[in-house]
Amino acid sequence: MLAKRIVPCLDVRDGKVVKGINFIDIKEVGDPVECAMEYDRQGADEIVFLDITATHEGRGTMAEVVRRTARNVFVPLTVGGGIRGVDDFRALLRAGADKISVNSAALREPGLISEAAAVFGSQCVVVAIDAKRRGGDGGGPPRYSAFVRGGREDTGVDAVEWAAEAERRGAGEILLTSMDTDGTKEGFDLAMLDAVCAAVNIPVIASGGGGSLRSFSELFLNTGADAALAASIFHYGEFSVGDVKQELIRAGIPARM
Amino acid sequence: MKGGLTAIVDYGAGNLFSVKNALDFLGAESSICSDRAGIAKADRLILPGVGAFPDAMEKLERTGLADAIVEEAGRKPLLGICLGMQLLFETGFEFGTTRGLGLIGGTVGLIDAPGLKIPHMGWSDVRRAGACPLSEGVREGESFYFVHSYRAVTDMGNVALYAEYGGVVPALVFRGGVFGCQFHPEKSGRAGLSILEKFVSL
Repeated sequence: MLAKRIVPCLDVRDGKVVKGINFIDIKEVGDPVECAMEYDRQGADEIVFLDITATHEGRGTMAEVVRRTARNVFVPLTVGGGIRGVDDFRALLRAGADKISVNSAALREPGLISEAAAVFGSQCVVVAIDAKRRGGDGGGPPRYSAFVRGGREDTGVDAVEWAAEAERRGAGEILLTSMDTDGTKEGFDLAMLDAVCAAVNIPVIASGGGGSLRSFSELFLNTGADAALAASIFHYGEFSVGDVKQELIRAGIPARM
Repeated sequence: MKGGLTAIVDYGAGNLFSVKNALDFLGAESSICSDRAGIAKADRLILPGVGAFPDAMEKLERTGLADAIVEEAGRKPLLGICLGMQLLFETGFEFGTTRGLGLIGGTVGLIDAPGLKIPHMGWSDVRRAGACPLSEGVREGESFYFVHSYRAVTDMGNVALYAEYGGVVPALVFRGGVFGCQFHPEKSGRAGLSILEKFVSL
């Protein structure tokens, strides 16, 4: 049986983890490598680094973070944030990343998806979509708009159609973040996830809204999502990756223990 | 234990560094090699691989590495990983029909799993079949990380561990000193590292 994956995400700026971290047993708080190792110990099925470094000079540090992590953590590692072209893919894959997630650049230049898939294989091309609900209050079905530049700019592109196009172009996975539920801890956006899962036949990682333990079992009981990504609940130590897995098992959902 | 040199065969396909990182982590000496001399010098071989069967076989044959691997396979332990495992079989049916290394009887065809996503990607639990030195101590239901669209079809006598994904997916196969993992032991956490550790101790 294929397990549903639990994926902690670390926001990294200039080689340091942003957002407070509340782990007890790590040597250097703020070191992404130490945090990744702790998540690995907790049973993370995969780890995501999101590079939010704004400056060009800071970007080289991400490859070094990936290199150090790949020497110590032996689960799949995904890196995203600011990926512009095939050269960025190559640099991070060579450093030891297994998958690269691309967002704004793919929306601006969708050919990047097929180009990267042809060179490195679909399995390492993750298309990240930040989407916000539009309409649907007047009785009609809601639609979802894809945003770029860290959620600052509405492209007007329909997120469900974009996910399907990304698959056609060779994406191996979709990382779908709901901007409406992100940070609320009130549960994942089940309706949006359902719409995207129905439109594609590649794995979908749900992001945004993971809060209670129950929100994770509800996600997998009610949608076709393959994985759940969360950041702050794990960072602040509210519960561990293992706690979420226990909840999945309790609800009869396959999880890797 | 863990003595000797493990050669990771580089034929331009796949992420060799993850395998090397894992062996370094285990304290096992390894080198990445792309010629016959490197293969001859090593005490055991790992054949990694990501990509397509015909392409990989063409590269192995053109460089003479295919002959070198087959020659050495009877003398030293060999571990194929993912595509490297598939290449151990007689025939591949990915983009046409391609002859493999023929070290284990069987073929490689597309996963037949109506209603399931292809590739089979993620953590799947495995069942134990035949006894093999690399699967000693692996518990029934242990999970490993898979990424593949094709799977081996072989006699169950060659299978030590298997997953289920639209039917039987051989996960760890063996014949004498030739072993193959369909999953990525270098990405399968502690369970995967323990398989690699057993291999480098052979």
